[in-house]
Amino acid sequence: MRATVLVRPKPGILDPQGEAVLGSLQQLGFAVDAARVGRVVDLELRDSDSGQARADLERMCEQLLANPLIESYEIELVQET
Amino acid sequence: MTQPEAKPRVAVVTFPGSNDDRDAALALERLGAEAVPVWHADRELPDVRAVVLPGGFSYGDYLRAGALARFAPVMEPVRALAADGGLVLGICNGFQVLCEAGLLPGALRANHSLSFVCRDVPLTVEGADTPFTARCTPGQRLSIPVKHGEGCFFADSELLVELEASGQVVLRYEGESPNGSVAGIAGVVNAEGNVMGLMPHPEHAVDPLTGSTDGALVLGSLVDAARRATAAPAAV
Repeated sequence: MRATVLVRPKPGILDPQGEAVLGSLQQLGFAVDAARVGRVVDLELRDSDSGQARADLERMCEQLLANPLIESYEIELVQET
Repeated sequence: MTQPEAKPRVAVVTFPGSNDDRDAALALERLGAEAVPVWHADRELPDVRAVVLPGGFSYGDYLRAGALARFAPVMEPVRALAADGGLVLGICNGFQVLCEAGLLPGALRANHSLSFVCRDVPLTVEGADTPFTARCTPGQRLSIPVKHGEGCFFADSELLVELEASGQVVLRYEGESPNGSVAGIAGVVNAEGNVMGLMPHPEHAVDPLTGSTDGALVLGSLVDAARRATAAPAAV
């Protein structure tokens, strides 16, 4: 089973990387008003049960992949057919 | 007549990617301690009442600075020492590790400038009643170098109020902070006061050859406290 975890700086937290990207995009002439830079973690899981996989992913995010104080996370589970 | 003072032992942890461990050990030795090197994979600490987590780039700063070092085997006994009232000082990357490990409040993020900053910075001592700043006076101005890319201390507004109210902000950047830290925070202690983290590098400021010797006030305070703790472990 494959999963993708998206980690984002929480709303309201200044994201200097996003600011820098925004500035560069605007300099290139793109009509962009905001940019936030996060992180993508692609995982291949041994779990075959999606409920178990989701529970494991939650724990991975809480314990390591995200810092809950400053980052939010989103889990996308890809069910293989 | 004074008794020759015993050398307190202070452990200095080396993670893969630590690079200030030797400077920290050297500074501690010069301030009268016996620095005991400890490897990240060690599952126990030597007989010490104080440990320093040094600066550097543990585990390449992968994921988030300090996020992986937090799971190093040595962090178990460090955690136990802290819980038992022992002294833990995290410098720069060590500060990041302690925040990630939940031994200190807050988090450290990329500098607002997105640039690595390496220079002497002026600091104000906000709290001189900690084992790490007892040689300072409240309001004292120190000059200690910083060198980091991720030193922007973050605490949400609720946590910030709590830290300020409980006197956990120990060091503050004077004037403009080099990294955008909330409230100019350069160093904090935990609620119990026995764990401290700071971004500036006191171990690089102990010899007039390299400029300021104000770092000796911080590390010297730690050595004093380690000596007291060794003599009477219960009365840190």
